[in-house]
Amino acid sequence: MQDQPTPSEVLAAVARFLKDVVAAETTGHTSFNARVAANALEMMRRQLDLAPAAETAEQARLESLLGAPAAQPAAPARGARRRAATGDLTALNAELSRRLAAGELDLETRGLADHLWQTTLAKLAVDQPTYWGYRAALAERAPTKD
Amino acid sequence: MNDLAEALSALARRRLGGEGVTGLTRLSAGATQEIWRLSLVKDGAETPLILRRAPGGTRVSETAVGLETEAALMAAGGAAGVPVPAVRWVLTPEDGLGHGFLMDFVEGETLGGRIARGEALAAARPGLARQCGEILARIHTLDPAAFPGLRRATPAELVDQYETTYRAADWPRPVFELALRWLRAHCPPPPAHPRLVHGDFRNGNLMIGPEGVRAVLDWEIAHVADPMEDLGWICVNSWRFGVADKPVGGFGQREDLWAGYEAAGGAPVDRDRALFWEVFGSLRWGVMCASMTASFRGPDPSVERAVIARRTSETEVDLMRLLAA
Repeated sequence: MQDQPTPSEVLAAVARFLKDVVAAETTGHTSFNARVAANALEMMRRQLDLAPAAETAEQARLESLLGAPAAQPAAPARGARRRAATGDLTALNAELSRRLAAGELDLETRGLADHLWQTTLAKLAVDQPTYWGYRAALAERAPTKD
Repeated sequence: MNDLAEALSALARRRLGGEGVTGLTRLSAGATQEIWRLSLVKDGAETPLILRRAPGGTRVSETAVGLETEAALMAAGGAAGVPVPAVRWVLTPEDGLGHGFLMDFVEGETLGGRIARGEALAAARPGLARQCGEILARIHTLDPAAFPGLRRATPAELVDQYETTYRAADWPRPVFELALRWLRAHCPPPPAHPRLVHGDFRNGNLMIGPEGVRAVLDWEIAHVADPMEDLGWICVNSWRFGVADKPVGGFGQREDLWAGYEAAGGAPVDRDRALFWEVFGSLRWGVMCASMTASFRGPDPSVERAVIARRTSETEVDLMRLLAA
Protein backbone atom coordinates (compact mmCIF):
# COMPACT_ATOMS: atom_id res chain seq x y z
CA MET A 1 0.00 0.00 0.00
CA GLN A 2 1.35 3.37 -1.02
CA ASP A 3 1.47 6.07 1.55
CA GLN A 4 -0.58 9.20 1.83
CA PRO A 5 -1.38 11.95 0.85
CA THR A 6 -3.01 10.52 -2.26
CA PRO A 7 -2.07 11.35 -5.86
CA SER A 8 -5.35 13.21 -6.15
CA GLU A 9 -4.50 15.41 -3.17
CA VAL A 10 -0.97 16.14 -4.36
CA LEU A 11 -2.16 16.97 -7.89
CA ALA A 12 -4.69 19.39 -6.43
CA ALA A 13 -1.93 21.08 -4.39
CA VAL A 14 0.37 21.43 -7.42
CA ALA A 15 -2.50 22.82 -9.48
CA ARG A 16 -3.20 25.41 -6.76
CA PHE A 17 0.46 26.37 -6.70
CA LEU A 18 0.56 26.82 -10.47
CA LYS A 19 -2.59 28.91 -10.51
CA ASP A 20 -2.25 30.95 -7.32
CA VAL A 21 1.49 31.51 -7.35
CA VAL A 22 3.10 30.91 -10.73
CA ALA A 23 0.31 32.25 -12.94
CA ALA A 24 -0.31 35.17 -10.58
CA GLU A 25 3.33 36.22 -10.31
CA THR A 26 4.28 35.89 -13.99
CA THR A 27 2.98 37.47 -17.20
CA GLY A 28 2.34 36.64 -20.84
CA HIS A 29 3.10 33.15 -22.12
CA THR A 30 4.41 31.86 -18.81
CA SER A 31 1.36 32.96 -16.87
CA PHE A 32 -0.98 31.61 -19.54
CA ASN A 33 0.80 28.27 -19.71
CA ALA A 34 0.88 27.94 -15.92
CA ARG A 35 -2.90 28.30 -15.91
CA VAL A 36 -3.22 25.71 -18.69
CA ALA A 37 -0.93 23.36 -16.75
CA ALA A 38 -3.02 23.81 -13.60
CA ASN A 39 -6.16 22.96 -15.56
CA ALA A 40 -4.46 19.86 -16.99
CA LEU A 41 -3.52 18.65 -13.51
CA GLU A 42 -7.06 19.25 -12.27
CA MET A 43 -8.34 17.19 -15.18
CA MET A 44 -6.00 14.31 -14.33
CA ARG A 45 -7.08 14.52 -10.71
CA ARG A 46 -10.72 14.20 -11.73
CA GLN A 47 -9.81 11.22 -13.89
CA LEU A 48 -8.11 9.49 -10.97
CA ASP A 49 -11.14 10.16 -8.79
CA LEU A 50 -13.99 9.48 -11.20
CA ALA A 51 -12.86 7.20 -14.02
CA PRO A 52 -12.58 3.86 -12.17
CA ALA A 53 -16.25 3.70 -11.21
CA ALA A 54 -17.41 5.22 -14.50
CA GLU A 55 -15.37 2.75 -16.57
CA THR A 56 -16.58 -0.25 -14.59
CA ALA A 57 -20.16 0.81 -15.32
CA GLU A 58 -19.28 1.51 -18.95
CA GLN A 59 -17.77 -1.95 -19.35
CA ALA A 60 -20.88 -3.60 -17.90
CA ARG A 61 -23.14 -1.67 -20.26
CA LEU A 62 -20.95 -2.50 -23.25
CA GLU A 63 -20.89 -6.19 -22.42
CA SER A 64 -24.65 -6.15 -22.12
CA LEU A 65 -25.12 -4.22 -25.38
CA LEU A 66 -22.64 -6.21 -27.43
CA GLY A 67 -23.32 -9.58 -25.93
CA ALA A 68 -27.05 -9.53 -26.51
CA PRO A 69 -27.78 -12.32 -29.00
CA ALA A 70 -30.23 -10.20 -31.00
CA ALA A 71 -27.48 -7.73 -31.81
CA GLN A 72 -24.94 -10.39 -32.80
CA PRO A 73 -24.06 -11.07 -36.40
CA ALA A 74 -24.15 -14.79 -37.25
CA ALA A 75 -20.53 -15.84 -37.94
CA PRO A 76 -17.57 -15.67 -37.35
CA ALA A 77 -18.88 -14.58 -34.07
CA ARG A 78 -17.90 -17.18 -31.53
CA GLY A 79 -14.27 -16.31 -30.92
CA ALA A 80 -14.83 -12.66 -31.75
CA ARG A 81 -17.84 -12.48 -29.47
CA ARG A 82 -16.00 -13.97 -26.58
CA ARG A 83 -13.16 -11.53 -27.03
CA ALA A 84 -15.45 -8.57 -27.46
CA ALA A 85 -17.61 -9.50 -24.51
CA THR A 86 -14.70 -9.95 -22.16
CA GLY A 87 -12.14 -7.66 -23.76
CA ASP A 88 -10.82 -4.44 -22.38
CA LEU A 89 -12.66 -1.19 -22.75
CA THR A 90 -10.82 -0.13 -25.90
CA ALA A 91 -11.72 -3.37 -27.66
CA LEU A 92 -15.34 -3.10 -26.56
CA ASN A 93 -15.56 0.47 -27.80
CA ALA A 94 -13.91 -0.55 -31.06
CA GLU A 95 -16.54 -3.27 -31.47
CA LEU A 96 -19.38 -0.87 -30.69
CA SER A 97 -17.91 1.60 -33.18
CA ARG A 98 -17.67 -1.08 -35.83
CA ARG A 99 -21.29 -2.10 -35.37
CA LEU A 100 -22.50 1.51 -35.43
CA ALA A 101 -20.52 2.14 -38.62
CA ALA A 102 -21.99 -0.99 -40.19
CA GLY A 103 -25.52 0.02 -39.19
CA GLU A 104 -25.95 -3.12 -37.08
CA LEU A 105 -26.75 -0.92 -34.09
CA ASP A 106 -28.36 2.50 -34.05
CA LEU A 107 -30.29 4.86 -31.79
CA GLU A 108 -33.31 2.56 -32.02
CA THR A 109 -31.32 -0.22 -30.34
CA ARG A 110 -32.53 -0.70 -26.80
CA GLY A 111 -30.10 0.78 -24.30
CA LEU A 112 -27.80 2.31 -26.90
CA ALA A 113 -28.77 5.97 -26.55
CA ASP A 114 -28.71 5.65 -22.78
CA HIS A 115 -25.26 4.04 -22.92
CA LEU A 116 -23.85 6.77 -25.17
CA TRP A 117 -25.33 9.48 -22.97
CA GLN A 118 -23.92 8.01 -19.77
CA THR A 119 -20.51 7.43 -21.31
CA THR A 120 -20.37 10.91 -22.81
CA LEU A 121 -21.45 12.62 -19.60
CA ALA A 122 -18.83 10.63 -17.66
CA LYS A 123 -16.14 11.85 -20.06
CA LEU A 124 -17.24 15.46 -19.66
CA ALA A 125 -17.24 15.16 -15.89
CA VAL A 126 -13.50 14.54 -16.19
CA ASP A 127 -12.56 16.63 -19.23
CA GLN A 128 -14.63 19.82 -19.00
CA PRO A 129 -17.20 19.87 -16.19
CA THR A 130 -17.79 23.59 -16.75
CA TYR A 131 -18.52 23.27 -20.49
CA TRP A 132 -21.90 24.87 -21.02
CA GLY A 133 -23.08 22.14 -23.40
CA TYR A 134 -22.44 19.61 -20.64
CA ARG A 135 -24.31 21.68 -18.06
CA ALA A 136 -27.16 22.06 -20.56
CA ALA A 137 -27.24 18.31 -21.21
CA LEU A 138 -27.36 17.59 -17.46
CA ALA A 139 -30.25 20.02 -17.06
CA GLU A 140 -32.12 18.65 -20.07
CA ARG A 141 -31.76 15.06 -18.92
CA ALA A 142 -32.44 15.58 -15.24
CA PRO A 143 -36.25 15.18 -15.22
CA THR A 144 -36.31 12.06 -17.41
CA LYS A 145 -33.43 10.10 -15.94
CA ASP A 146 -33.76 6.46 -16.92
CA MET B 1 14.42 36.80 -32.45
CA ASN B 2 17.24 39.31 -33.07
CA ASP B 3 17.89 37.69 -36.44
CA LEU B 4 14.21 38.05 -37.26
CA ALA B 5 14.16 41.70 -36.16
CA GLU B 6 17.20 42.46 -38.29
CA ALA B 7 15.79 40.72 -41.35
CA LEU B 8 12.52 42.62 -40.88
CA SER B 9 14.33 45.92 -40.50
CA ALA B 10 16.21 45.23 -43.73
CA LEU B 11 12.90 44.41 -45.39
CA ALA B 12 11.36 47.63 -44.04
CA ARG B 13 14.18 49.67 -45.61
CA ARG B 14 14.17 47.78 -48.89
CA ARG B 15 10.45 47.31 -49.49
CA LEU B 16 8.41 49.63 -47.30
CA GLY B 17 10.40 52.84 -47.43
CA GLY B 18 10.91 52.80 -43.69
CA GLU B 19 13.89 53.12 -41.38
CA GLY B 20 13.36 49.78 -39.60
CA VAL B 21 11.07 47.91 -37.25
CA THR B 22 10.70 47.94 -33.49
CA GLY B 23 8.76 46.19 -30.72
CA LEU B 24 8.81 42.71 -32.26
CA THR B 25 6.63 40.43 -30.08
CA ARG B 26 5.32 36.92 -30.66
CA LEU B 27 1.56 36.75 -30.11
CA SER B 28 0.04 33.74 -28.40
CA ALA B 29 -2.97 33.46 -30.70
CA GLY B 30 -2.75 31.27 -33.78
CA ALA B 31 -2.06 27.60 -33.18
CA THR B 32 -0.78 26.68 -36.63
CA GLN B 33 1.35 29.62 -37.73
CA GLU B 34 3.74 32.10 -36.23
CA ILE B 35 2.09 35.43 -35.63
CA TRP B 36 4.20 38.44 -34.66
CA ARG B 37 3.37 42.00 -33.85
CA LEU B 38 5.84 44.74 -34.73
CA SER B 39 5.94 48.42 -35.59
CA LEU B 40 7.21 49.86 -38.84
CA VAL B 41 9.29 52.98 -38.22
CA LYS B 42 8.89 55.41 -41.07
CA ASP B 43 9.60 59.14 -41.06
CA GLY B 44 9.89 58.94 -37.30
CA ALA B 45 6.33 57.57 -36.86
CA GLU B 46 5.46 54.02 -35.83
CA THR B 47 2.78 51.95 -37.61
CA PRO B 48 1.75 48.66 -35.98
CA LEU B 49 1.88 45.64 -38.29
CA ILE B 50 1.30 41.90 -38.06
CA LEU B 51 3.59 39.27 -39.56
CA ARG B 52 2.13 35.85 -40.34
CA ARG B 53 4.71 33.35 -41.40
CA ALA B 54 5.79 29.71 -41.59
CA PRO B 55 9.51 30.01 -40.93
CA GLY B 56 10.50 26.71 -42.47
CA GLY B 57 8.42 27.45 -45.50
CA THR B 58 6.52 24.24 -44.97
CA ARG B 59 2.77 24.06 -45.27
CA VAL B 60 1.15 24.07 -41.88
CA SER B 61 -1.29 21.33 -42.81
CA GLU B 62 -2.46 19.46 -45.83
CA THR B 63 -5.58 21.60 -46.08
CA ALA B 64 -3.96 25.02 -45.67
CA VAL B 65 -3.86 27.10 -48.83
CA GLY B 66 -0.39 28.53 -48.26
CA LEU B 67 0.43 31.99 -47.00
CA GLU B 68 0.84 33.59 -50.43
CA THR B 69 -2.66 32.46 -51.41
CA GLU B 70 -3.99 33.58 -48.04
CA ALA B 71 -2.63 37.08 -48.70
CA ALA B 72 -4.19 37.09 -52.19
CA LEU B 73 -7.55 35.96 -50.78
CA MET B 74 -7.53 38.74 -48.21
CA ALA B 75 -6.75 41.31 -50.89
CA ALA B 76 -9.56 39.99 -53.08
CA GLY B 77 -11.93 39.98 -50.10
CA GLY B 78 -11.04 43.58 -49.37
CA ALA B 79 -11.80 44.55 -52.96
CA ALA B 80 -15.22 42.84 -52.64
CA GLY B 81 -16.12 44.84 -49.54
CA VAL B 82 -15.10 42.30 -46.89
CA PRO B 83 -13.41 43.99 -43.92
CA VAL B 84 -9.80 42.74 -43.91
CA PRO B 85 -6.45 44.10 -42.77
CA ALA B 86 -4.52 45.59 -45.71
CA VAL B 87 -1.68 43.33 -46.85
CA ARG B 88 1.57 45.38 -46.86
CA TRP B 89 4.05 42.88 -48.24
CA VAL B 90 4.12 39.22 -49.26
CA LEU B 91 7.48 37.65 -48.39
CA THR B 92 9.73 36.61 -51.26
CA PRO B 93 12.66 34.16 -51.14
CA GLU B 94 15.16 37.03 -51.15
CA ASP B 95 13.63 38.41 -47.95
CA GLY B 96 15.07 35.35 -46.22
CA LEU B 97 12.12 35.01 -43.83
CA GLY B 98 10.36 31.94 -45.17
CA HIS B 99 6.76 32.14 -46.37
CA GLY B 100 4.38 34.75 -45.05
CA PHE B 101 3.16 38.30 -45.29
CA LEU B 102 2.96 41.58 -43.44
CA MET B 103 -0.43 43.18 -42.88
CA ASP B 104 -1.89 46.10 -40.96
CA PHE B 105 -2.61 45.55 -37.30
CA VAL B 106 -6.34 45.94 -36.64
CA GLU B 107 -7.29 46.82 -33.09
CA GLY B 108 -10.21 44.86 -31.64
CA GLU B 109 -11.41 41.74 -29.86
CA THR B 110 -11.11 38.18 -31.16
CA LEU B 111 -11.67 36.24 -27.93
CA GLY B 112 -15.01 34.49 -28.32
CA GLY B 113 -15.98 34.69 -24.66
CA ARG B 114 -15.56 38.46 -24.58
CA ILE B 115 -17.41 38.87 -27.87
CA ALA B 116 -20.31 36.73 -26.65
CA ARG B 117 -20.52 38.07 -23.11
CA GLY B 118 -18.25 41.10 -22.59
CA GLU B 119 -19.73 44.41 -21.50
CA ALA B 120 -17.50 46.37 -23.90
CA LEU B 121 -19.17 44.82 -26.96
CA ALA B 122 -22.77 44.79 -25.69
CA ALA B 123 -23.74 47.50 -28.17
CA ALA B 124 -22.19 45.63 -31.11
CA ARG B 125 -23.83 42.25 -30.46
CA PRO B 126 -27.40 42.90 -31.72
CA GLY B 127 -26.15 43.73 -35.23
CA LEU B 128 -23.34 41.21 -35.54
CA ALA B 129 -25.23 38.18 -36.87
CA ARG B 130 -26.77 40.17 -39.71
CA GLN B 131 -23.43 41.78 -40.50
CA CYS B 132 -21.78 38.34 -40.58
CA GLY B 133 -24.42 37.23 -43.09
CA GLU B 134 -23.72 40.27 -45.27
CA ILE B 135 -19.97 39.66 -45.14
CA LEU B 136 -20.38 35.98 -46.04
CA ALA B 137 -22.49 36.95 -49.05
CA ARG B 138 -19.60 39.16 -50.23
CA ILE B 139 -17.01 36.44 -49.63
CA HIS B 140 -19.15 34.10 -51.71
CA THR B 141 -18.96 36.49 -54.68
CA LEU B 142 -15.18 35.95 -54.98
CA ASP B 143 -14.29 34.25 -58.23
CA PRO B 144 -13.01 30.70 -57.69
CA ALA B 145 -11.34 30.84 -61.12
CA ALA B 146 -8.95 33.49 -59.75
CA PHE B 147 -7.64 30.90 -57.27
CA PRO B 148 -7.07 27.74 -59.29
CA GLY B 149 -5.04 26.15 -56.50
CA LEU B 150 -7.95 26.06 -54.06
CA ARG B 151 -9.37 22.68 -53.22
CA ARG B 152 -12.85 21.85 -54.50
CA ALA B 153 -14.91 19.56 -52.31
CA THR B 154 -18.44 18.20 -52.39
CA PRO B 155 -20.30 17.69 -49.10
CA ALA B 156 -19.67 13.93 -49.33
CA GLU B 157 -15.95 14.50 -49.90
CA LEU B 158 -15.74 16.72 -46.84
CA VAL B 159 -17.41 14.02 -44.73
CA ASP B 160 -14.90 11.55 -46.18
CA GLN B 161 -12.02 13.84 -45.31
CA TYR B 162 -12.90 14.12 -41.63
CA GLU B 163 -13.80 10.45 -41.40
CA THR B 164 -10.35 9.58 -42.76
CA THR B 165 -8.66 11.83 -40.22
CA TYR B 166 -10.76 10.33 -37.42
CA ARG B 167 -9.95 6.76 -38.48
CA ALA B 168 -6.24 7.54 -38.80
CA ALA B 169 -6.15 8.24 -35.06
CA ASP B 170 -7.27 4.63 -34.46
CA TRP B 171 -9.16 5.47 -31.29
CA PRO B 172 -12.81 4.35 -31.12
CA ARG B 173 -15.44 7.03 -30.66
CA PRO B 174 -18.96 5.60 -30.86
CA VAL B 175 -20.52 9.09 -30.85
CA PHE B 176 -18.50 10.06 -33.93
CA GLU B 177 -19.67 6.84 -35.61
CA LEU B 178 -23.25 7.85 -34.90
CA ALA B 179 -22.60 11.32 -36.32
CA LEU B 180 -20.92 9.93 -39.44
CA ARG B 181 -23.93 7.67 -40.09
CA TRP B 182 -26.25 10.67 -39.69
CA LEU B 183 -24.13 12.82 -41.98
CA ARG B 184 -24.11 10.10 -44.66
CA ALA B 185 -27.89 9.76 -44.41
CA HIS B 186 -28.46 13.52 -44.61
CA CYS B 187 -25.63 14.50 -46.96
CA PRO B 188 -26.81 17.05 -49.55
CA PRO B 189 -25.89 16.56 -53.20
CA PRO B 190 -23.03 18.63 -54.65
CA PRO B 191 -24.13 22.28 -54.77
CA ALA B 192 -25.45 23.59 -58.07
CA HIS B 193 -23.27 26.68 -57.64
CA PRO B 194 -20.10 25.98 -55.64
CA ARG B 195 -18.66 29.13 -54.10
CA LEU B 196 -15.36 30.24 -52.72
CA VAL B 197 -15.95 29.72 -48.98
CA HIS B 198 -13.83 31.08 -46.16
CA GLY B 199 -13.85 27.73 -44.37
CA ASP B 200 -13.20 29.02 -40.85
CA PHE B 201 -15.60 31.96 -40.48
CA ARG B 202 -16.44 31.96 -36.79
CA ASN B 203 -16.19 33.69 -33.46
CA GLY B 204 -12.42 33.69 -32.84
CA ASN B 205 -11.39 34.55 -36.39
CA LEU B 206 -13.37 37.79 -36.48
CA MET B 207 -11.88 41.02 -35.18
CA ILE B 208 -14.73 42.86 -33.46
CA GLY B 209 -15.04 46.47 -32.32
CA PRO B 210 -17.93 48.31 -30.67
CA GLU B 211 -19.26 49.21 -34.13
CA GLY B 212 -19.12 45.64 -35.48
CA VAL B 213 -16.83 43.38 -37.53
CA ARG B 214 -13.53 45.13 -38.25
CA ALA B 215 -11.68 42.29 -39.96
CA VAL B 216 -12.12 38.71 -41.16
CA LEU B 217 -8.93 36.78 -40.36
CA ASP B 218 -7.46 33.31 -40.98
CA TRP B 219 -8.25 32.56 -44.61
CA GLU B 220 -5.92 29.57 -44.59
CA ILE B 221 -8.50 26.86 -45.22
CA ALA B 222 -10.55 28.59 -47.89
CA HIS B 223 -11.88 26.22 -50.55
CA VAL B 224 -14.57 25.94 -53.20
CA ALA B 225 -17.71 24.23 -51.93
CA ASP B 226 -21.32 24.55 -50.76
CA PRO B 227 -21.72 28.14 -49.51
CA MET B 228 -24.03 26.87 -46.74
CA GLU B 229 -20.92 25.38 -45.12
CA ASP B 230 -19.82 28.84 -43.94
CA LEU B 231 -23.34 29.62 -42.64
CA GLY B 232 -23.44 26.39 -40.61
CA TRP B 233 -19.91 26.59 -39.20
CA ILE B 234 -20.48 29.89 -37.38
CA CYS B 235 -23.51 28.33 -35.64
CA VAL B 236 -21.60 25.37 -34.18
CA ASN B 237 -22.01 24.95 -30.44
CA SER B 238 -18.28 25.31 -29.81
CA TRP B 239 -18.30 29.05 -30.61
CA ARG B 240 -21.22 30.02 -28.34
CA PHE B 241 -19.20 30.38 -25.17
CA GLY B 242 -22.08 29.56 -22.89
CA VAL B 243 -24.66 31.79 -24.54
CA ALA B 244 -27.01 28.97 -25.46
CA ASP B 245 -29.84 31.07 -26.86
CA LYS B 246 -27.61 32.89 -29.39
CA PRO B 247 -26.58 30.16 -31.83
CA VAL B 248 -24.57 32.48 -34.09
CA GLY B 249 -21.25 32.76 -32.24
CA GLY B 250 -22.99 33.36 -28.92
CA PHE B 251 -24.10 36.79 -30.17
CA GLY B 252 -27.01 36.39 -32.57
CA GLN B 253 -29.84 34.44 -34.17
CA ARG B 254 -29.70 32.26 -37.26
CA GLU B 255 -32.61 34.19 -38.77
CA ASP B 256 -30.60 37.44 -38.62
CA LEU B 257 -27.54 35.75 -40.15
CA TRP B 258 -29.65 34.33 -42.97
CA ALA B 259 -31.54 37.60 -43.54
CA GLY B 260 -28.27 39.51 -43.83
CA TYR B 261 -26.90 36.91 -46.20
CA GLU B 262 -29.93 37.00 -48.49
CA ALA B 263 -30.26 40.79 -48.37
CA ALA B 264 -26.63 41.19 -49.46
CA GLY B 265 -27.13 39.00 -52.51
CA GLY B 266 -26.44 35.52 -51.11
CA ALA B 267 -28.49 32.61 -52.43
CA PRO B 268 -31.67 31.78 -50.48
CA VAL B 269 -30.68 29.85 -47.37
CA ASP B 270 -31.68 26.19 -47.32
CA ARG B 271 -32.55 25.48 -43.65
CA ASP B 272 -31.93 21.73 -43.88
CA ARG B 273 -28.54 22.29 -45.45
CA ALA B 274 -27.61 24.79 -42.78
CA LEU B 275 -28.46 22.19 -40.10
CA PHE B 276 -26.41 19.56 -41.93
CA TRP B 277 -23.41 21.89 -41.84
CA GLU B 278 -23.96 22.60 -38.15
CA VAL B 279 -23.79 18.89 -37.32
CA PHE B 280 -20.86 18.50 -39.70
CA GLY B 281 -19.18 21.43 -37.95
CA SER B 282 -19.41 19.80 -34.52
CA LEU B 283 -17.89 16.61 -35.92
CA ARG B 284 -15.24 18.61 -37.77
CA TRP B 285 -14.17 20.50 -34.64
CA GLY B 286 -14.22 17.22 -32.73
CA VAL B 287 -11.96 15.51 -35.26
CA MET B 288 -9.63 18.50 -35.18
CA CYS B 289 -9.43 18.36 -31.38
CA ALA B 290 -8.91 14.58 -31.44
CA SER B 291 -6.06 14.92 -33.92
CA MET B 292 -4.21 17.06 -31.36
CA THR B 293 -3.23 13.86 -29.58
CA ALA B 294 -0.99 12.95 -32.52
CA SER B 295 0.48 16.47 -32.53
CA PHE B 296 1.07 16.21 -28.80
CA ARG B 297 2.80 12.85 -29.12
CA GLY B 298 4.77 14.16 -32.13
CA PRO B 299 5.93 17.65 -33.05
CA ASP B 300 4.25 19.69 -30.29
CA PRO B 301 4.37 17.97 -26.89
CA SER B 302 2.97 21.04 -25.09
CA VAL B 303 0.48 20.99 -22.25
CA GLU B 304 -1.78 23.25 -24.26
CA ARG B 305 -1.92 20.71 -27.09
CA ALA B 306 -2.81 17.92 -24.63
CA VAL B 307 -5.60 19.98 -23.13
CA ILE B 308 -7.08 20.84 -26.54
CA ALA B 309 -7.11 17.11 -27.38
CA ARG B 310 -9.20 16.59 -24.26
CA ARG B 311 -11.80 19.04 -25.56
CA THR B 312 -12.95 16.42 -28.07
CA SER B 313 -15.59 15.25 -25.61
CA GLU B 314 -17.21 18.70 -25.74
CA THR B 315 -18.15 17.97 -29.33
CA GLU B 316 -19.37 14.51 -28.36
CA VAL B 317 -21.89 15.99 -25.94
CA ASP B 318 -22.84 18.59 -28.58
CA LEU B 319 -23.43 15.82 -31.13
CA MET B 320 -25.47 13.83 -28.63
CA ARG B 321 -27.65 16.88 -28.00
CA LEU B 322 -28.09 17.37 -31.75
CA LEU B 323 -28.77 13.75 -32.67
CA ALA B 324 -30.02 11.89 -29.58
CA ALA B 325 -31.79 14.51 -27.45
